[in-house]
Amino acid sequence: MNTLISVIDIKNDFPILTREVHPGKSLIYLDSAATSQKPVNVIEAMNDFYRHSYANIHRGIHTLAEEATQMYEMSRLRIANFIGARSAREIVFTRNTTEAINLVAHAWARKILNSGDLVLLTEMEHHSNIVPWQMLSEERGIKIEFVPVLEDGLLDLSQYENLLKKNPKLVAFTHMSNVLGTINPVKPMTEMAHQVGAVVLVDGAQAAPHFPVNVSYLEVDFYAFSAHKMCGPTGVGVLFGGESLLESMSPFLGGGDMIRRVTLEGFQSNEVPHKFEAGTPPIAEVIGFGAAVDYLNKVGLQTISDHEHDLTHYALDCLSQIKWLHVLGPGHEYKGGVVSFTTDIAHPHDVAQVLDAEGVAVRAGHHCAMPLHQRFGVPSSTRASFYLYNTRKDIDQLIIALQRVKEIFG
Amino acid sequence: MDDFYREIILDHYKNPVHRGQLENSDFSFEDENPLCGDFIHIDLSMDDDGRVKDAVFHGHGCAISMASADLLLENIRGKSLEEVKNLSKQDILDWLGIELSPVRLKCALLPLKVVKAAVYQLNETNDKLVE
Repeated sequence: MNTLISVIDIKNDFPILTREVHPGKSLIYLDSAATSQKPVNVIEAMNDFYRHSYANIHRGIHTLAEEATQMYEMSRLRIANFIGARSAREIVFTRNTTEAINLVAHAWARKILNSGDLVLLTEMEHHSNIVPWQMLSEERGIKIEFVPVLEDGLLDLSQYENLLKKNPKLVAFTHMSNVLGTINPVKPMTEMAHQVGAVVLVDGAQAAPHFPVNVSYLEVDFYAFSAHKMCGPTGVGVLFGGESLLESMSPFLGGGDMIRRVTLEGFQSNEVPHKFEAGTPPIAEVIGFGAAVDYLNKVGLQTISDHEHDLTHYALDCLSQIKWLHVLGPGHEYKGGVVSFTTDIAHPHDVAQVLDAEGVAVRAGHHCAMPLHQRFGVPSSTRASFYLYNTRKDIDQLIIALQRVKEIFG
Repeated sequence: MDDFYREIILDHYKNPVHRGQLENSDFSFEDENPLCGDFIHIDLSMDDDGRVKDAVFHGHGCAISMASADLLLENIRGKSLEEVKNLSKQDILDWLGIELSPVRLKCALLPLKVVKAAVYQLNETNDKLVE
C-alpha cells in the first residue's frame, strides 16, 4: 500500500533522519509530539539570514535593519495566512505555546477576571493549560472546573453543556490531546461557549502542525501554537488573538518596542501586536518559522493530515494484534497521529529503553498531562507520534522493537 | 540491549528476594517518582549490635528502580547504621553495573533515597541524600 506523500523525497529533506543512533540502528523518529525535526530549507533560511541580513529590527534605518525588519514582518504575515487570521496584527510572537497561554493569563485574565469567576478546562489538558489558571486561582480566587474525559478518550460533551450553564468567563481547551490523540470539535464547542458569553482559548500545539486550521472559521478568540512542533526552530511560538480583543488588553512584558512613547512619568503602549513583543525577539527563529510554513504549505496540510491518518490507522491495526499492549484514547476516526499505550509486561521507561536500542525514539512518562493519567489510573505511558516524514516501515520497525520488549520482559 | 538489561537486573526485577513487609520495623519510609509512577516502601529492622537484620521493600515501578531496590537491600544486610548512612550514588551504580542516563539514574536512586530518609528519620526525601 502506498503512502500518500512521496515520503522518500520528504525524508531526504530532513538530514537528521539518516542518523544511526546505535551501531547498525538507523533513527526511527516517533517523537514529533515532543518536537519535530527540521527540513533543510529551514536550517538554511536561518543560516543565510545570519550570514547576509542579520540586524536588529523595527528601529533601524540602515540596509540590514530594513531587510531584517521586512523579512521578520513577512514571516508574521505568512503565519497569519497559514492559520487563516484576518490580519498579521492578530499574530503575537511568543517563546512557545506555554508562554502564549501565560500571556492570556497575565494580560487578559488577570485584569478581567474576579474572585469567583469560572474558568472551564478539560481533564485532557497539558500542564501549560492548567497551571497558569491554578496560579491565577491562588492569586485571585478564580474557580476552575474540568470537562471530564470519557473512557474512550473523547470529551464528555453533555457534561460540557452542563458546565457551560455555570457561565464561565473563559473556556480553554486543547485542539488535539498530546496523549490520547483526540481531536476536539473546536467550532461547535466555541459556538456553545460564545452563547454563554465566554472567551475561548484553544491550545493548538498538536493541531496546527498536522492539519489545516482556520481560526476565522473556528471563531476562537485565542489560539496558541509553537514553531518547533511544526518543522520550525525552538524559541518562538504564536498567540493568535482577535484584533479588538488584543487591543483591549494591557501589555504583557514591559520594555522596548512595546511602547509608543516613554517619559519619566509613564508610557504609552504600542499598537498591536507589537504591544505584546517587548525587547529584541528571536529574529532568526521567526525567519526560520516563516520558512517552515513555506515548507508545510508546499507539501500541503491536507496531504500531511491524510498521510498521518493513514499511518495512525495502520499503527492501531498493528498494535491491536499485541495482546499485552493497550492503547489509550479513541480509535482512528477521532485520533490524530499520537498513540500512547501501556503494557502488561513492562514499565514505560523500560519499553522506551528497549525501543531506543532498536533505534526507535518514543517518549515515556506522563507527557505533561498528569491529571489525564490519573483519570485513566496509570502513572505513565509510552507514546509514539507521527509526522510527515514517517512511513509505514517506521511503524513496522516499532512493532519489531516491541517484540524485543516481549523477549526481554515477557 | 543485553548490555543494559543484564542478567543481574532482569533477575532482581523478575525474582526479587527482598520483597515483603515488616510488622515491627525500626526504620520505615516510602516515596515515589511522580514523573513515572515508580513507588517504593522500605522497612528495616536492626539487631542488638545495631546492624541491619531484615530489609524488605514493596512497591511498583520500572526494572531499574525495582532491581536497584532488591540489590540495595541485599547489600545492606549486616551493615551498621553509620555504613548505611554513608552509602552513595556510586554504590548503586557499582551494584547495577551499567551506565545510566539522567532519567534512568533517578529510577536507580529512588530506593537509596528512601533508605537514607528512613535512617535519617526525615519527613521527606531530597536529592542531596544521593550525591
